[in-house]
Amino acid sequence: MSSANVLGEKFKLGMLLSDTRYRATSLQVITFIIFVAVFFWLVDNTLKNLALMGKDVSFSFLGMRAGYDINQRLISYTNDSTHARAALVGILNTLLVAFVGCLIATVVGIFVGILRLSKNWIVARLMSIYIEGFRNVPVLLWIVMIFALLTELTPAPKAFKGDNPEASMLFFDSVAVTNRGTYLPMPVMGDGAYWIIIGLCLSVIAIIYFSKYSKALKEKTGKGLPIFWISVCALIIPFFLMYFLLGKPITFNYPYLKGFNFKDGIHLRNSFLALTFALAIYTSAFIGEIVRSGILAISKGQTEAASALGIRPNKIMSLIILPQALRVIVPPMISQYLNLTKNSSLAIAVGYMDVRGTLGGITLNQTGRELESMLLLMGFYLSVSLLISSVINYFNRSFQMVVR
Amino acid sequence: MSDIAFVRKNEIPASPPPITEMGIIGWMKQNLFSSWWNSFLTLFSLYFITMLVAEILPWAWGGHWNTKSLRECLDLNPNVACFSVLTARWKQLLFGLYPAEEYWRPTLTFFLLILSIIPILFPRFIRFIWFSIIYPGLALWLLWGGSFWSVAIVYIGISFGVVLYFLLSPRLIKSASLGLSLAILLTIIFFLFIAGGMVDLLTELLPINLPFVESLKFGGFTLSLIVGVTGIVASFPIGILLALGRQSKNLPLVKMICVGFIEFIRGVPLITLLFVASVLLNYFLPPGTNFDIVLRVIIMVTLFSAAYMAEVIRGGLAGLAIGQHEASASLGLTYWQSQRLIIMPQALKISIPGIVNTFIGLFKDTTLVSIISLRDPVGLASTIRADAKWNGIYWELYIAIGLMFFIFCFGMSKYSQYLEKKLKTDN
Repeated sequence: MSSANVLGEKFKLGMLLSDTRYRATSLQVITFIIFVAVFFWLVDNTLKNLALMGKDVSFSFLGMRAGYDINQRLISYTNDSTHARAALVGILNTLLVAFVGCLIATVVGIFVGILRLSKNWIVARLMSIYIEGFRNVPVLLWIVMIFALLTELTPAPKAFKGDNPEASMLFFDSVAVTNRGTYLPMPVMGDGAYWIIIGLCLSVIAIIYFSKYSKALKEKTGKGLPIFWISVCALIIPFFLMYFLLGKPITFNYPYLKGFNFKDGIHLRNSFLALTFALAIYTSAFIGEIVRSGILAISKGQTEAASALGIRPNKIMSLIILPQALRVIVPPMISQYLNLTKNSSLAIAVGYMDVRGTLGGITLNQTGRELESMLLLMGFYLSVSLLISSVINYFNRSFQMVVR
Repeated sequence: MSDIAFVRKNEIPASPPPITEMGIIGWMKQNLFSSWWNSFLTLFSLYFITMLVAEILPWAWGGHWNTKSLRECLDLNPNVACFSVLTARWKQLLFGLYPAEEYWRPTLTFFLLILSIIPILFPRFIRFIWFSIIYPGLALWLLWGGSFWSVAIVYIGISFGVVLYFLLSPRLIKSASLGLSLAILLTIIFFLFIAGGMVDLLTELLPINLPFVESLKFGGFTLSLIVGVTGIVASFPIGILLALGRQSKNLPLVKMICVGFIEFIRGVPLITLLFVASVLLNYFLPPGTNFDIVLRVIIMVTLFSAAYMAEVIRGGLAGLAIGQHEASASLGLTYWQSQRLIIMPQALKISIPGIVNTFIGLFKDTTLVSIISLRDPVGLASTIRADAKWNGIYWELYIAIGLMFFIFCFGMSKYSQYLEKKLKTDN
């Protein structure tokens, strides 16, 4: 106000909007009023609606008996368990699909991305077709289609029956692909199996320290040790030594046909397989593009400078290009992982019981607690996404280009 | 010294490069067989392609188009495709349950859509932009039907407001903001009190009516296109506003709201938002409100992609040198002038690939409406597969649907590449 007086102007109401000195504040006040008004309007409506339906907001339903079965689960669960436990089963199922999917997507995506830059014309074209084909068709269609293929094209368990069966198991009778899912051998941990796992962990730690030592040695003397072969030996030899010394404690429980179905082994349902593969393949197309553009983002001068220094082509890739490209590649790749995790909520299309299927599906329908279930569901996805974006931010901060 | 046997007096004409280095052979040597590893890859790929073609071509070429059911196809020849499912059900895949005698309406809307997009896509035709402005209302009326005037009144009202503003503000009222407020107020009064009666009157005088079609009848690619195109058109301006809000420095409250909105939307899957639209929205609205499910879905899809759009545009804004803001401010441009003339054209240009990717994502995401039991092509595929006549069919149906989506999405990405090239000003 005082500055207005200095200039000899009188304060007019219109100046609240037209004068830059007041505009920011008045706009904020207006926004705040609108925001609060809308917020209270929504809350008021919700309360009225809840009162009309005779409902209240309470999360006590989580402690009640769920009463429905979940056919694919990682932790023990029966229909006597609580809704909270069902939600947990769902969460673990979501995370399982997300984890396996991300793993496959990364491997395939990197492979495709690098091959798309291949000097081989035909390979590069094939990879373009792969990428364009998969990312231009909705992921839901892929999920439904792969599910249909898995159930329609594979033989029924009864086809494996008899002396001269129509279908046979793969990989020396250890894997059965049927229209009810795929059966894999299940490792059974006998006495002493845990020693082997501990031994493996120790080997890995030893390898990490060894490679650090070797690097230091190389920087000091110029001569390194053959890291790769020594690491492989360090991993394999103790494992087999312990395995045989402890009397082969790890055995496999092979699936076998009993009656009209397979027994034992790990049963991967078609819903799980279809969802995971579809998400992985779809996401791999995006990751392929990210990898390709990351490598292309490194200017050609880097390659030329490296080869002028006499570095060999494969070393140029691993020592010069990739470390710089990773800075470009990793953040969008992590956000693709986030996309995959969110897309896993399409599980409902094939009947896989993820968190949307349990908490946001059957629990919601049985208890009629739409508001609470959706809030919890969104809370879960939001926390996953916030976690992942904080990982991205951490990465960006710690790998920022050092500018002098 | 005179017995030098031969002295060349003239230059030898340059001989052509060896045959292995030029033409098709040279190309093949360079691109296909440059090393033994490359040769192996080439041969392997060729083998793979041959196997694939040998598998697919006879299957697709000999396909049946005119059988009554899958059973009949299998009886004729089980090794070829049974495209009869498309012959029998293509109407459903395109129009859903839209009444058959009204098929011309979505068809016409689709072709008009193409016409209305042209002035936006190609600046050469910019003088036809008026059609693009009229189009949304026209499409609304054609698709849903009802009285022509109930849609036209929106245009009448808005043009009334615009004319009012230009009449009032320079002559009668000095202050532009006051004139604007007055014009908006009068337009609102017009819509609240006059519009309803005017529609009735006009309908009586000049009845131009189409039979009303309710939203639940919509389906197939018509539905995908309605949701997709509306979402794309609406999410773009909202995304720009959100991005500007998030960038703003002197409006911390606006920034906070924008950040909260963007991060919330980006953090949850679209499918949960669609469930909110179908199950939960009734909680948040005044008791007794019940508005159109397709509209609800469009709103959710729009909000969803607006959040992504905002992040893409924010990336473009961040990529702009700060000097651009300062230069435009020192030229005396206001905030909106500098955004419109200096900042946005450059920021949008940088973010074209991201924007188009968001559009493509939105269009693909329209398939998710099948999960809240609207009849989009993917949902219809399940319905058709559940029919006893076509039970067990998969490739033919999914290939057809996938191909339709592929054409639209691939077209969009090609257009974005064209646009990028056209707008490229650096060397």
